[in-house]
Amino acid sequence: MKPKVFAMFVGPSVFLMLLFIAAPLISVLVNSFQVTQPIVEVVEVETCTPGFLTQTCVTEVKTVPILDDFGKIQTTTKWVGLQSYANVLELDRVGEAISSGAWGNILQIDFWKALRFTLTFTLITLPFVLGLGLAIAVVVNNATKAVKGPVIFVSLLPFIITPVIGALSIRWLFYGDGIVTVWLEALFMTDISVAANGWAVEFLMMFYRVWHVAPFAFVIFYAGLQTVNQDTLESAIIDGASRWDRLRYVIVPHLMPLIIFITLIHLMDAYRAFEEVVGFSSQSQRITLQWLTYDLLQPDDAGNRAISRASASAMLTMIGIVLILILPLRRTWRDHKGG
Amino acid sequence: MFIKKIALAGAVSLFASGAAVACSYENTVPLKSLTAGFEAWKAVTDAMAACGNFEPELDQEFRTKQPAAFAANPSLYHIGGVSNGTVTPLLNEGTIRPLDDLVAKYGQNLSPNQLIRVDGQIMAIAMMVNTQHMMYRSDIFADLGLEAPATYDDVLAAAEAIKDAGVVDYPLGATMKSGWNLAQDFNNMFLGFGGTFYGDDSMPMVNSEAGINTLEMMQKLAVYMDPEFLVSDSTYVQQQFQQGKIAMANLWASRGGAMNDAAESSVVGKVGSSAAPLAMAGGAPATTLWWDGLVIAANISDEEADAAFRLAMEGLTTDMVQANNDAAIWLVNGYQPSDMAAGAIATATAAPAPAPYPSTSQMGLMHTALGNVLPAFFTGEMSAEDALAAVEDAYKTAAEEAGLL
Repeated sequence: MKPKVFAMFVGPSVFLMLLFIAAPLISVLVNSFQVTQPIVEVVEVETCTPGFLTQTCVTEVKTVPILDDFGKIQTTTKWVGLQSYANVLELDRVGEAISSGAWGNILQIDFWKALRFTLTFTLITLPFVLGLGLAIAVVVNNATKAVKGPVIFVSLLPFIITPVIGALSIRWLFYGDGIVTVWLEALFMTDISVAANGWAVEFLMMFYRVWHVAPFAFVIFYAGLQTVNQDTLESAIIDGASRWDRLRYVIVPHLMPLIIFITLIHLMDAYRAFEEVVGFSSQSQRITLQWLTYDLLQPDDAGNRAISRASASAMLTMIGIVLILILPLRRTWRDHKGG
Repeated sequence: MFIKKIALAGAVSLFASGAAVACSYENTVPLKSLTAGFEAWKAVTDAMAACGNFEPELDQEFRTKQPAAFAANPSLYHIGGVSNGTVTPLLNEGTIRPLDDLVAKYGQNLSPNQLIRVDGQIMAIAMMVNTQHMMYRSDIFADLGLEAPATYDDVLAAAEAIKDAGVVDYPLGATMKSGWNLAQDFNNMFLGFGGTFYGDDSMPMVNSEAGINTLEMMQKLAVYMDPEFLVSDSTYVQQQFQQGKIAMANLWASRGGAMNDAAESSVVGKVGSSAAPLAMAGGAPATTLWWDGLVIAANISDEEADAAFRLAMEGLTTDMVQANNDAAIWLVNGYQPSDMAAGAIATATAAPAPAPYPSTSQMGLMHTALGNVLPAFFTGEMSAEDALAAVEDAYKTAAEEAGLL
């Protein structure tokens, strides 16, 4: 292909990627080093509000922003270096916890609490997603033709359902007097409160993620299984390889590139976990890094939002994803060069 | 499909509003509103919609949209629904207009109590008051010979008696979902113990005796609750009541109507209401007073503002209130307080009376800090002192970033 033709094909997508990926990223990066504050003044304000029958008027000292000639809030922006990162990481409290020997206290700090959960969540769900996906793929591959279609359809359902809806439906099974909780209570003759236990909520969140993502792994593996060399399989059978041996020495090595691919995608997605926190209202027990960023961005009733800290938190999440992807990416790179 | 849904939604809303309220004139200026989505707002916007050319948007997440939507020029909405908590950013940014001349022109039906004045100027029109007050199962209380609790010590005693009698799953319910709700529950009790959130220099003051007392009392109450109280919001508590699972809760007055809704509730006529209990002797009831009302955007033409205000007044008529009497504690002429309103009225008229929710920039930050940190106290990860110190740290970080310290 001529360079000019190539440029014409690629140009639009490069442009869109710069506009929608690079530009926002740079603005978040810049924001994480800046703090923009309104210029405020302290004034006495008399506010009259309704009681049930008569009004009550109170005079309060309030801090209010100063408006400019166009009615916009006047702001100042200053560079603060790594201050916002320091505010998110709270390294002084980490140091305090370490020096006092109370290591557990580190997990009382939002960022570290979120990091701990996000990493556990990502790394524990990964093998289950791969294992379950592969298992379903092998089972479906061996199923008789008549049931294959319906089985594939049912296996894909969790993946099709909107994430928050899926999370909510599992929540309703367990929270409060959810149907499963009622069964368990009848079975063990005891009162069970799922949402009051951190570990139980953590387990449900992981269970949901595996349930939701395994079908994706299944589809990829199922496609991969169709390309396994039948001759190799037959010769393996002739050589006396058991079903398990065939899976281990023929099928899995053949699927290795796909396993790496799913691992990459899953690590990226799970590290950005967010729906689980919303769906299971787990804020009091478990939070994720992505939720932390969202929470900082949400305006409170008075309209304040912590944009600088949210930017720093977003950048830290991105750095985390890069770090976690380095290992599998290096392997793919080596394979790529070797192949 | 889409059209079908809209038509269906329209049919349902027509059906649900029951007594349709007629409009006294034909509105010709296209107008839009953004309000919260609870029952009272539905009643008011339905009455306004009867005048035509009006597009109401009812959204429980209105608080996150409203400041940006009203800051646009022209504003994306003409009429806004606010509470004393959410009006602050609009006032600070100057995106709502003074209403004095419009009140003089169209406000004959308004009582002086409804006019929210900031430095003498009318900035909003209140339509209802709301407060968290005691609701209890009057049948259970009568069976066990209990009086409506006047203090939180009474609440604990009553809870113990109900627990011993074993008539409900959990004696108490509370809106303690982590985040906004939990922080608000703390605020109620903290003010009841005479606490001050921050000083004149904006420095936090919650790590105080009142703060410790508050957390200790909340801890004592939590023993009698469903252990899942950290996911329990107003709707959850309302349903616990309706399904007969709890016997007491300090719940929003606007939820009172639902107790007697025969379609949902198994305890119709069995829920009584009384003032919010006192946290300490001689103090105000441990709660805050809220109002909900209407504002008009600043960034619209004077003609539109005129039409918007006239339309808003059509929403606050005596007819509307009479058709929806139990949807709220209305401030509009024609309201007849029902039994369920007794608790809210007793709360608001108590002496000393509870304070209105203190809506300021500092309070917004404090509310967020409380909502994020306090769950760790209730899950047992932090002591009361540590939790309150952590709240102060979180507040200071946020206040420095916001330029308030």
